[in-house]
Amino acid sequence: MPLYLTEDQEMLRDSASGFMAEKAPVAHLRKLRDSDDSIGHDPALWKEFAEMGFTSILISEDEGGLGLGHVEAGVVLEEIGRNLTPSPLLSTGIAAVAALQQGGKHHRDRWFPAIAAGDATVALAIDEGAKHGPAKTAMSAERSGNGFRLTGRKQFVVGGHNADMLIVAARTGGAPGDSDGITLFAVEKGAAGMTADPRRLADASIAARIEFDGVEVDADAVIGEVDAGWGPLTALLSAGRAGASAELLGVGQGAADRTMAYLKERKQFGVIIGTFQALQHRAAHLYAELEVARAATLKAQQLLDAGSSKAHGAVHTAKAMTGLTAQLAVQEGVQMHGGVGMTDEYDVGLYMKRARTLAELFGDANYHADRLAREAGY
Amino acid sequence: MPAADADLDSFRADTRAWLEENCPPEMRTPMKGDADQCWGGRNFTFQSDAQKLWLERMAAKGWTVPDWPTEYGGGGLSREETKILRQEMARLGARLPLSSFGIWMLGPALLKYGTEAQKQEHLPPIARGEIRWCQGYSEPGAGSDLAGLQTRAVDAGDHYVINGQKVWTSYADKADWIFCLVRTNPDAPKHQGISFILFDMDQPGVEPKPIRLISGSSPFCETFFTDARAEKRNLVHEENKGWDVAKYLLGHEREMISGMGHDGAGKTLPQMAVEAVGADAEGRLADPLMRADIALFEVRAAAYRAQGERFNDEWKAGRLNPAQASMMKYYGTELNKRRNELVMAAGGSDALEWESDDSDGGKKARDWLRSKGNSIEGGTSEIQLNIVAKRILELPS
Repeated sequence: MPLYLTEDQEMLRDSASGFMAEKAPVAHLRKLRDSDDSIGHDPALWKEFAEMGFTSILISEDEGGLGLGHVEAGVVLEEIGRNLTPSPLLSTGIAAVAALQQGGKHHRDRWFPAIAAGDATVALAIDEGAKHGPAKTAMSAERSGNGFRLTGRKQFVVGGHNADMLIVAARTGGAPGDSDGITLFAVEKGAAGMTADPRRLADASIAARIEFDGVEVDADAVIGEVDAGWGPLTALLSAGRAGASAELLGVGQGAADRTMAYLKERKQFGVIIGTFQALQHRAAHLYAELEVARAATLKAQQLLDAGSSKAHGAVHTAKAMTGLTAQLAVQEGVQMHGGVGMTDEYDVGLYMKRARTLAELFGDANYHADRLAREAGY
Repeated sequence: MPAADADLDSFRADTRAWLEENCPPEMRTPMKGDADQCWGGRNFTFQSDAQKLWLERMAAKGWTVPDWPTEYGGGGLSREETKILRQEMARLGARLPLSSFGIWMLGPALLKYGTEAQKQEHLPPIARGEIRWCQGYSEPGAGSDLAGLQTRAVDAGDHYVINGQKVWTSYADKADWIFCLVRTNPDAPKHQGISFILFDMDQPGVEPKPIRLISGSSPFCETFFTDARAEKRNLVHEENKGWDVAKYLLGHEREMISGMGHDGAGKTLPQMAVEAVGADAEGRLADPLMRADIALFEVRAAAYRAQGERFNDEWKAGRLNPAQASMMKYYGTELNKRRNELVMAAGGSDALEWESDDSDGGKKARDWLRSKGNSIEGGTSEIQLNIVAKRILELPS
């Protein structure tokens, strides 16, 4: 398959781009932030996402979705990134759907219709420390009666204070550091013993620290098999990382586009600053990095859709590369905007905050480069 | 199975059988360096009978230039067939039968801009490896500002008389003919007074002098012209329109240089580093800072490979801004320089040896130094960035 978008995918991009520009441009983020919103997204917009089919993009047609793939999911997420649209799409419609596709029909019957309708959101309770490391999962899930008791702490659970369901990684066997012995659970909102402490992040999104104090769940809360949660967790993380890569690409591109526009209008010393070679070369270098990151992202999405064994490595590459590149884009963006780049009034600073949050989500560039190195045997 | 696929399968089977039968065993081992390359030409000394035989057999099939038309000495193969031939050669480890600027650079220009007579005269000897070509572009005062070139060609009826100096002419001391940019109109704006002309190097007015590089080798020359003669029938494209040909060729050159050093056989950078530095109990490279450098480099290298694939796919589909070749050249050459720095860092003092057998005659050090030219030749990195800034980002000048 050629490494560029098909006509259908380009049409989807045009429609997603038009939709975000009209319904959820950067002004939408500002409005939400400045209204002291406590949810982290606009539920009415989420319903509109559902009407557009975005929330069910990965759900099969048999199960009431669009039956599209990671390339199409990425097309929509890139537009979300470009507009800094606050949305639970990545956690709910992409990562959670990918996990549940491997995790039992009863979960899909329970959640897919609600996700497709825009009536439910799902949050991901994976990280336990400040840095991503799913194999380090220590939270315990002890057998108890017909089910399990969950005890431990999670953090960086984006939208976790408000989600209708949490996907929780906990340990039924093995020791922190092992991939075996992890089990994934679907824990519904309001479960007894679960306390969410929502924290606003630098980019105005809201992530919760969540305390599980002997939370009782039934055996059928298990997603996939007991002790073998690494499978659905990998599906979740691959989808999430590929999606985050696409969103990062949109953030980087959005920052770069604003910066190019600024270089063409700002005058100093009586001339447009975009005529300065010192700035032109940095802009051209940034362009090259973004193109290379775009190729890496599309490659990972296509390999995921093809079910290729090479997808895993390609996703690591994409998440590392887009993390590095989006952060270059926003840093160059603020610097080239000069003083106004430091003001809240200009959008480029909002891009900087979003890029760092997304770069951290599901592992930063160092994490993924390290994984690639381990898997390559060094 | 569609008929076309069946045809390709049978082409693959035939090709495999022919290569097995005809590629001499000595030509199935990796080339160690420049000395193992076959360049052909009037004065070329074949390294072995096998090298000569391999060239002759491949040339007879038209497979030194598989995708050129058969009437010009090519194989007449389709894009898919050419790809299969390359794959089958790679499978066998077969060496390239002929390295040639005639094939890589002049050929594509003649196929696009040459007259029928020029194609008939020059392409078959290129395909057979009989004439070795060099490129006369840069001058002492015209490097990045190539269009500022001053070598003069004065109209003398049926020929031009050429005076001036070129520099960075690759292997001019070994070449038989030169394709050369000359100024035919000194009064026109600089891009509009340049012509693209071919002439024989074997004449009194042509004098190449090798330049010794920091790598110790001398692949380039200064080349002086004193009343050299070029026949008018060897003017390619119209007089004063040579810049069109030059630009077309530079695009080819940029793609070629950006591809250097990325699909070479042999060890990967991490393998080399582990061998030199060792690994810890868990198998990680023992130097954690070097490991981080290499791991992050490998991310960019993998991403750039994807970009190479994307560039080719978009090029085939006619979706590219031609200035994207500049972006590829820039990124690829910078990456290759970085890779060579890491090879040297991993190799430590072993990699500094310049002449020993252990170091294969200083291969790492010489490759490292040679790589520094990648971001200078074929248009510097800075020129590529200028092109991207103007033609893609449309920043004002």
